[in-house]
Amino acid sequence: MHRYFLSRVLQSVLLLLGVVVLVFFMVRITGDPASLMMPRNATPEQIEAFREAMGFNRPLIVQFWDFFTHALVGDFGNSLHFKSPALPLVIERLPATLELATAAMLMAILIGVPLGLLGGFSPGSVLDSLARLVGLLGQSIPNFWLALIMILVFAVRLGWFPSFGRDEWKSVVLPAFALGLATMGQIVRLTRSSTLEIRSEDFIRTAHSKGLLPRTIYTKHVLRNVAIPLVSIIGVQFGYMLGGSIYIEFIFAWPGIGQLLEQAIGWRDFPMVQAIAVFTSVAVLALNLLTDAAYMIIDPRIRYGIRE
Amino acid sequence: MAFESRPFEHDVDTLLDIEKTPLQRLAYYGRFLWRDRGGMIGMFIFLTVVVAALFSPQLSPYDPLDQRLRDSKLPPAWAADGTWDHPLGTDNLGRDILSRIIYGSRVSLTVGFFGVLIAATLGMLIGSIAGYIGGRVDSAIMSIINLILSLPYLLFVVFIAAILGRSLLNVILIFGITDSPIFARVTRGEVLRIRRSGYVESAISAGARWPHIIVDHIIPNLIGPLITLATFEMSAMIFYEAGLGFLGLSVPPSVPSWGNMLANGRKYLTNAPWIAAAPGLAIMYTSLGMNLLGDWLRDVLDPRLRRARR
Repeated sequence: MHRYFLSRVLQSVLLLLGVVVLVFFMVRITGDPASLMMPRNATPEQIEAFREAMGFNRPLIVQFWDFFTHALVGDFGNSLHFKSPALPLVIERLPATLELATAAMLMAILIGVPLGLLGGFSPGSVLDSLARLVGLLGQSIPNFWLALIMILVFAVRLGWFPSFGRDEWKSVVLPAFALGLATMGQIVRLTRSSTLEIRSEDFIRTAHSKGLLPRTIYTKHVLRNVAIPLVSIIGVQFGYMLGGSIYIEFIFAWPGIGQLLEQAIGWRDFPMVQAIAVFTSVAVLALNLLTDAAYMIIDPRIRYGIRE
Repeated sequence: MAFESRPFEHDVDTLLDIEKTPLQRLAYYGRFLWRDRGGMIGMFIFLTVVVAALFSPQLSPYDPLDQRLRDSKLPPAWAADGTWDHPLGTDNLGRDILSRIIYGSRVSLTVGFFGVLIAATLGMLIGSIAGYIGGRVDSAIMSIINLILSLPYLLFVVFIAAILGRSLLNVILIFGITDSPIFARVTRGEVLRIRRSGYVESAISAGARWPHIIVDHIIPNLIGPLITLATFEMSAMIFYEAGLGFLGLSVPPSVPSWGNMLANGRKYLTNAPWIAAAPGLAIMYTSLGMNLLGDWLRDVLDPRLRRARR
């Protein structure tokens, strides 16, 4: 177990180094990072001065070494827009994004898991149809469009929730629902199908024939086995939300990392974009490691090194 | 999510599958489609979108770029003051929304089709190399792929789209390249499974050569899972393209695409909500259809999964 986990940590660290290399070369694909980062109406002299100031005229290998060694200690240079170090500005936005993603995930789990279980317990029932519908819609409704429609209905027409910002607890409801719907759909489908599958396993029949109470069977045997695939999907989806909240934060003017990314692209502030990409990757990889650890705790087969 | 079924639970039909001629098998799939309502609806939706994209000029009542400021923000036909001249209304520049939706299907399907084509080609190449060579090469390729897949995908797509600039070709290339690891992973898994299967082992022991095994056993068995994956990935690309368009990072603003229309409609959400509603419904319609179609294809092309549908 420890060896497996250690190798996962090592792989993640290697990938992070890869991400740093990637973001260095990404701003250079067009060949000229200086004109990429300067306003479209900049004069050739201004671009030349900027190139000089940023050191883009040095040999590539020197630039790379400079970027790489600084990035390793969290220095991505100054944001071009704010004229101050980029990484602290990104970290400042983390609480808002975490709050949104957590609220979205809670909504997805609290609605998705019970609905999936109920659907799986009674296939063909009304609840089961509802579960399948939520599963399908979660997959098919674009979250950015759902967000617009919800603003129109619940903020503009009905006035129940604010349409943008992060001022009161009510502010998080609409963006969290829009962000969480796709995950809710996935959770419903996964919970429903694994419940269906586990219900027909031999050990469940054995449990029934031993005379265990149905309640005990569901909580002790079914739920525990449903939880295993759920944990991995919840971990993956949470990571997806951290990187994928850009539309929702943009639409609801939610002051998180996604909104910052959208703004930084508008400002052509690529040092900031680089910092966001690396920082979010760190967060997502850390989350994956946590998911792995959680996996080992709930699934003894993995803990004892019996891996499929 | 493997739904392993036991042999005795297979349809009798399935067991007889191997003895059928291609035509009989097609008829069998047709019957299966008829029995599966979701699959029927999905197929119907997909075909309507394809027809809309192929025959956009014939189907559109107006030129999608034609601006008539006099007619701007006309409501759709079912609104109190709407008319059937513009069934879905007009946008802020007086362009007919229905015509723009019909033309928009071209962008979506082009991105989806060519994006998947590139991703599948690259992915199959990488995946079959990994699965075929095996050993260290395989584990190296697979750990790189699994790690790439664990990165925040959307963020990197947005990042690279912002650098490359707005063009159809760029969008196709971005999706084609960034989506290839998924195809590589599935291909590799299938190649391994097929190589270890009884029929390949017996073919080897009967003295079959590798080219024969690849052409007669591996490729036919790869097609099913890859077509299913391609359907889901195409749906995802249509989704992501619209998302990029919404952020102003996909095709140029002059091109009628669902994402661009949505981005434009957002500005008039309170006084002309139909401008944003129509493209969103179009994306949802297409995506719903392709997901239903994908679910059905998975059932038909992979008999091992049929039981799970009950």
